Amino acid sequence: MASGSSEVVEQEQERVMLRDRPEWSDVTPVPQDDGPCPVVPIKYSEEFAEVMDYFRAVFLADERSPRALSLTAEAIHFNAGNYTVWHFRRLLLESLKIDLHDELEFVQRIAADNSKNYQIWHHRRWVAEKLGPDARNAELQFTKKVLSVDAKHYHAWSHRQWVLQALGGWEDELDYCSELLEQDIFNNSAWNQRHFVITKSPLLGGLEAMRESEVLYTIKAINAYPENESSWRYLRGLYKDETTSWANDPQVSSICLKILSAKSNYFALSTLLDLICHGYQPNQDIRDAIEALKIPDLDTQDLDIARTICSILEKVDPIRVNYWTWRKSRLPHVA
Amino acid sequence: MGELATDKHVKYILSVEKRKDDFESVVMEHLRMNGAYWGLTALDLMGKLDAVDVDEVVSWVMSCQHDSGGFGGNVGHDPHILYTLSAVQVLALFDKMDLIDSDKVTNIVGLQNEDGSFSGDMWGEVDTRFSYIAICCLSILHRLDRISVEKAVKYIISCKNMDGGFGCTPGGESHSGQIFCCVGALALTGSLDLVDKDLLGWWLCERQVKSGGLNGRPEKLPDVCYSWWVLSSLIMIDRVHWISKEKLTKFILDCQDKEKGGISDRPDDAVDVFHTYFGVAGLSLLEYPGLKPIDPAYALPVDVVNRIFFKK
Repeated sequence: MASGSSEVVEQEQERVMLRDRPEWSDVTPVPQDDGPCPVVPIKYSEEFAEVMDYFRAVFLADERSPRALSLTAEAIHFNAGNYTVWHFRRLLLESLKIDLHDELEFVQRIAADNSKNYQIWHHRRWVAEKLGPDARNAELQFTKKVLSVDAKHYHAWSHRQWVLQALGGWEDELDYCSELLEQDIFNNSAWNQRHFVITKSPLLGGLEAMRESEVLYTIKAINAYPENESSWRYLRGLYKDETTSWANDPQVSSICLKILSAKSNYFALSTLLDLICHGYQPNQDIRDAIEALKIPDLDTQDLDIARTICSILEKVDPIRVNYWTWRKSRLPHVA
Repeated sequence: MGELATDKHVKYILSVEKRKDDFESVVMEHLRMNGAYWGLTALDLMGKLDAVDVDEVVSWVMSCQHDSGGFGGNVGHDPHILYTLSAVQVLALFDKMDLIDSDKVTNIVGLQNEDGSFSGDMWGEVDTRFSYIAICCLSILHRLDRISVEKAVKYIISCKNMDGGFGCTPGGESHSGQIFCCVGALALTGSLDLVDKDLLGWWLCERQVKSGGLNGRPEKLPDVCYSWWVLSSLIMIDRVHWISKEKLTKFILDCQDKEKGGISDRPDDAVDVFHTYFGVAGLSLLEYPGLKPIDPAYALPVDVVNRIFFKK
């Protein structure tokens, strides 16, 4: 039984037009009807146009044959974004009872050049779903491979999350996140996956069980690279709705102080502002650190530390000045 | 920074018609319906929709419709809700809504799952993009009563993240495109009270980088398309004043091809219809002079939306 996967490779070497292949001599191609005066008309390359003409013919005849399957492979090879072709290919895979392990290989080859295409991922999930837990390792490896080229690949992450939830394989996922963060600590996708793992993995006990070790991990990451939006947001996310325990955790205020004592830092300042807005009482060390960051030409004399922080942020982040002014306006007035 | 080269952009969009054999045309074949929506909406915002032949466009759109009611990306292609929304939007632009059998289209678009999510087609792919598409389309057709809005909203909220943003499925990374879909769907169903506006607003305004452009996620490059996804979301949650509109306007204008027309993703890159639409639509949201205002949730000119809902 033809899998439809080997033909594409063979034909890359010396492609024969379909009209010159004996096995297609009984088919009359159907040209694209673009209407009288199309808005976004298309001129196709000759080979691609021919493949699509034959595809239309088998599609309209609903021909469920091995040659139709290999024709879809050729059409996808020319344009992996054509929804109709993928759709028909799934019907063929079902009718012809093709071994879907071969199909995974086919998808992998197509994805090598078109990994940002929605259709490919949708098709891959359809195949993996049919194969069930058998496909788990192949899917984890496949996404890993795509992520090794583009570690923020949205489709690959989405697929990987689906695999973990539907087929399992959580055992090494936290280590995998750490590995990616070691390569690029600014990778927001890897931080998101980390949050996904600690909140959803059936092996780790959930957010509360993981909080202590994760706070330590994150503070280390912030310490190494304080200008990292992702790690600061992750730290906040570890406390979820428990705003009070967040505002009162000395580890959080301490890291802000540590960072600010060395150098002014946008995220440390905004975190400190959030802490104070949620009831944290800054100690003298923090007050001194903020005092030291005061910009000499601040035209207003701020009456409290939260206002001072807003004023500093207004100056150092002029692009979002309106946001910081709004934050200041929301602060309670000091008599 | 110069001005918006409106005439050049109009010429560029119309010229896509005459181009031959280039890469963009070939890869666009299957999503010509989306291309038509992008090009025609941009033309309408620039006040030049009358440059195209209405009857020809409308008859082509209708020839992409299937017996099921759904529209394909081109003649002879399978229907998908991605193309169905574009087709409905194009017909709305031309005030040809009377050609649509709303009940038929509703049967295709309203493929709601038990958990409230939506599938794009019979194969069942689930994504918050489809929630937006279904809700926007049904709202335009006055058929929102055919789905469970309550469940749809619940599913979208289950995709909300710790940073206030939304992903494609529960646990998916916050992404400005998905945020537009979720916030748009919540806006169209009157559910914006469920958005943490201050938290999401801050995340969205953090997307503005030094050049003035917006990115889609932290540490990613700015791209003109986010002038639409981020900006429309900020407007819907009433936090657009938190970014620098002047700098964003300059960034979009810097992405124009001033000689041949069209707008690209970043300055000096190649232009395409997709980014031309998002650039023009972004400038419309920024109230750039000479452009018609666009509705941030329906992604249609405000006068078209008014016609759909008030001149019935």
